[in-house]
Amino acid sequence: MPTTAFLSADPGWMAFLSPEIASRAQFGWTITVHIIFAALSVGLAPFIIYFTWKGVSTDDERFSKLRSFWTNVFAVGFVMGTVTGIPMSFQFGTNFPRFSAVAGELIGGPLAFEAKMAFFLEAIFLGVLLFGRERVSDRTYVLSSVLVGVGAWLSGFWILVVNAWMQTPRGYEMVTRNGMEIATLTDPVAAFFTPRLPWMYVHMINASVISVALLVGGVSAYLVWKKPSSKAWTTALKIAVLILLVSAPLQAIHGDAYGRHVADTQPQKFAAMEAHYETGRADLHLVAVPTRPSALTDPRAENLFTVSLPGMGSFLASGGDPNAEVLGLNEYEENPPVALVFWSFRIMVGLGFLFIGLALWGGSLIYRGTLAENSRFLKAMMVASPLGYAALLTGWYVTEIGRQPWVIQGVLRTNDAISRSLTSFQATATLIGFVLIYVGLIAVALLVLRWMVLDELRELSVIETSRDTDRDPVPQVGDDD
Amino acid sequence: MTDLLPVDGYLVEQLPDVWFGVVMFALAMYIVLDGFDFGIGMLYATREDEADRETLLAAFGPIWDANEVWLIAFGTMLLAAFPRAYSRLLADNYLLVLGFVLALLFRGVAPELREQREDEEWQWTCDVSFVVGSTLAPLLFGVLAGRWVFDAATLSIPALLTGVGLVTVSIATGAAFLAAKTDPALAAEMRDYGIVATLAYLGGLVALLVTVVMTDAGRVAETVLSAPAATIAGLSIAAGVGGIVLARRGRYRQWLASALALPGLLSVLVALLLYPNIYPPTGLTVREAVVSPLALNLVTVLGLPVLLLVVWYFKFLYTVFSGPVTGDSYSG
Repeated sequence: MPTTAFLSADPGWMAFLSPEIASRAQFGWTITVHIIFAALSVGLAPFIIYFTWKGVSTDDERFSKLRSFWTNVFAVGFVMGTVTGIPMSFQFGTNFPRFSAVAGELIGGPLAFEAKMAFFLEAIFLGVLLFGRERVSDRTYVLSSVLVGVGAWLSGFWILVVNAWMQTPRGYEMVTRNGMEIATLTDPVAAFFTPRLPWMYVHMINASVISVALLVGGVSAYLVWKKPSSKAWTTALKIAVLILLVSAPLQAIHGDAYGRHVADTQPQKFAAMEAHYETGRADLHLVAVPTRPSALTDPRAENLFTVSLPGMGSFLASGGDPNAEVLGLNEYEENPPVALVFWSFRIMVGLGFLFIGLALWGGSLIYRGTLAENSRFLKAMMVASPLGYAALLTGWYVTEIGRQPWVIQGVLRTNDAISRSLTSFQATATLIGFVLIYVGLIAVALLVLRWMVLDELRELSVIETSRDTDRDPVPQVGDDD
Repeated sequence: MTDLLPVDGYLVEQLPDVWFGVVMFALAMYIVLDGFDFGIGMLYATREDEADRETLLAAFGPIWDANEVWLIAFGTMLLAAFPRAYSRLLADNYLLVLGFVLALLFRGVAPELREQREDEEWQWTCDVSFVVGSTLAPLLFGVLAGRWVFDAATLSIPALLTGVGLVTVSIATGAAFLAAKTDPALAAEMRDYGIVATLAYLGGLVALLVTVVMTDAGRVAETVLSAPAATIAGLSIAAGVGGIVLARRGRYRQWLASALALPGLLSVLVALLLYPNIYPPTGLTVREAVVSPLALNLVTVLGLPVLLLVVWYFKFLYTVFSGPVTGDSYSG
């Protein structure tokens, strides 16, 4: 796209981004940050349920400690998820009002169900989990942790019902109402349970589990490395590795089948994932390295050093025929930003295989009983702790950017979904605002995690308690009614 | 499911109106429940003492995010039932909506982050963010509501008075909530703030209604002068004055009940002034703006029972966290 399309001249000395580009960037950025925290809730839920249940049923101090630490992380993540989710839910109206008006009947229901069935459940029972240990019975307490988890997973379900519909829309009819062509719901079962939903749900939930297992594993590895005798953190590390041993290979197997489904339903996205321009036999590029800078922004096979499996793209897309014809990007009038999709896809897949390797390594150490002693492995886990998120986000970019120029595949173009009253100035100014504030939020979230880890090191007596953290106890008034 | 749910007509003839009511109910729940949280946030600025501050945060703490989910419920149900109104309302008020959600963001993260570190500078930053967010959020949301109902400019008297109205009513309910939950000394101070805020709210409400009648903003003068609106205004004054009397007698729980009626009545007034439209600039009535029968029947059958369940959760939650709060009850 020529640069002039990105910029629309505003009077005077300053040029602002066009409302479309600024809105897309703003939504992409807010959802990026929101997903980090949403996935934290989804992925931490099983850990929290397990720690809470074991803590209550065995009275083992290890589990109470782990529950308290990770519930606190969950709470910070949940707050961040709430505050970043609210602007996002309103951006459908502020930045993409024509999308809301056209698709409101189809997307409004699931979004409302998310709020009512899932979000309330999570928020309310998290309150009990955080502040109600002394106020409710053991049974209610464990049940609260389960309900928080159910809320998080159900929340993901309803959101993906919406997103899957946008990828493979079904169960609607375009009808003119009040002078506007809108999608009218005709078949709720078809609209809610689109062909894409099961693929997306399994892939996204599992990606969240992998990301959080790596995060828990990384933090645990650090603490074990600092204090090898810590039983609690060795336990946490072991659980994280065991979860990875199941989830990482599952993601690769599932991802392969998911790719075939994308080739069937969104051939343009599939072609962008492989930078496949000419219709014909498609190779699969296992490794791609740009040989000149321009290949970074415009990846084409001839400008890349690749290790490829000839015909494997055709084989995967067709389900067995290495010579099958795969549609190329040249067939389309307008394509998504191919570079972003192509490189995101490579990063995601590459990291996925790395996680499998890491899981197998950890598994063999567990088998040999030397998990807590292998400092190379501990360091590798520490390095890997943010990489699950890198894979999750790049995967999300493949899905979302790969669908462009459509916001609803084949139905509504993103450019037609944008507000007509939105000015370049408004869109650009709020984009800058969101970038600054959310960068601050992420920095603060990381800082808080660091403080929690430092507090933990103090508790493990690895570092000394500094005097200024002591304070007078707060006077306590009454207990209950 | 298509066989089970009618496609060509609403389950009951009045279903679009019922959904107008449901959306307004969510709005009422939001401004009542998050309202006292905003009030606590603003009253926080009056506390110098660390123990007092922790007590206020403890009262605010356990359930604020659940209270805030009502905003998301309101937004998504408006989208689900009236997508045209949702999209126009938000697109027309772009900067106001984003300002409001960012104020909520600061209000929300500040107390959670404050407790993570014992460091004066850090806590001061969180405190400022908490107070500013708690003040700006109801102000901007009120201005938005004023623009919505009265079709008024952002910097117009009706919009600004609605904003100030939401701020003062939030302080009144926040003060009543704290009075009912804290020790006698703090409660007595809160009572004084609450009485001033209630008087300011009632004064603002009367000024707003008089302005609207005189200028016919949003062409609702006639509705304001009708019997139902006059009844709501009268009930608001009764609840406000009654609350002040109860507060002065130290009957804080009863005061809380009458204070919470104020934002509730305000929502009813909003609904009354809007109906039969939902967002007047679209020129569409509730029946014209609502989604097609199948979609509305579906959200009714799947969504309404859940909404009742949610109300039950809230009852459970407020029972678990009933009783006085103390500074140290706010910790994981």
